[in-house]
Amino acid sequence: MALKDHTNQPLEYQTEQGQMNILGFWIFIGAEIILFGTLFAIYGVLGNRYVGGPTPHDIFVIRDVVIQTLLLLTSSFTVGIVIWAMRNNDLKGLVFWQIITLLLGVGFLVMEINEFIHYVNAGATLQTSAFLSSMYALLGMHGAHVTLGIGWGIALIFQLLKRGITHQTATKTHIFSLYWHFLDVVWIFVFTFVYLGGLA
Amino acid sequence: MTEKRKFPISHVISYLLSVGLTILAVFFALGTNLSKETIMTIIGSFAVIQAGMQLFMFMNMIEGRDGWMKVTHTIYAIAMAVIFVIGSYYVLTAGHPIM
Repeated sequence: MALKDHTNQPLEYQTEQGQMNILGFWIFIGAEIILFGTLFAIYGVLGNRYVGGPTPHDIFVIRDVVIQTLLLLTSSFTVGIVIWAMRNNDLKGLVFWQIITLLLGVGFLVMEINEFIHYVNAGATLQTSAFLSSMYALLGMHGAHVTLGIGWGIALIFQLLKRGITHQTATKTHIFSLYWHFLDVVWIFVFTFVYLGGLA
Repeated sequence: MTEKRKFPISHVISYLLSVGLTILAVFFALGTNLSKETIMTIIGSFAVIQAGMQLFMFMNMIEGRDGWMKVTHTIYAIAMAVIFVIGSYYVLTAGHPIM
């Protein structure tokens, strides 16, 4: 494998630096798995301590959560299309699908913010109970990651428009796609264990 | 690199399967009268399948010369997470005396 010609690989793997950056990002993802793991552990332990406050049945609106899930799931699919367009050396397609991905991300974020406002108005705040503290910590950490990802994705579009698809920008785009897919992986577990687990 | 890569049908299939599993999970969680443990086992497995599809189909974890290095490291991280999530839950909720 080590003797394989680099030029047979997709653009982002062709330079030593690109390859190392991608490997490095996977190691970062390992750390992110641990970060979210700790928050899931806390929620797992404290998620049923309502101390007389609102329970999941009182505040969760399943229809909205399913829409949020579909938005994020679709954006994870479209960021896959971004990489496909990039590997076809199609800058226009790349930017188009990147914009669609980010719009879906914004849609998700707007729904999540509205959801939090709805909870707070219903008397379910960060300080109300251990259930809500651990829920906001987990959801907030995920939402913060999505927010960061949107800013990163926008910056990437500007760089791609300025420099085109090069070894460097291809590696950056690939790494962004890994980050975005990872956010969807985390959300799948949030959806399953926080929302469906809370309502089941 | 000159020839066009075909549209990634595998991505479309994974996407549709993910949507299907999501809807199925909602059905099992809210539309059945199974015990909570059974429901969590079923929808938990759906989540693991979906995450696996993301990692292998979308994130192309195996590609590149360090493919298996990435797989090893990621599986190690997941194993650590599973150990301390389940471990914390067991230790702190199984009702062991603390005084």
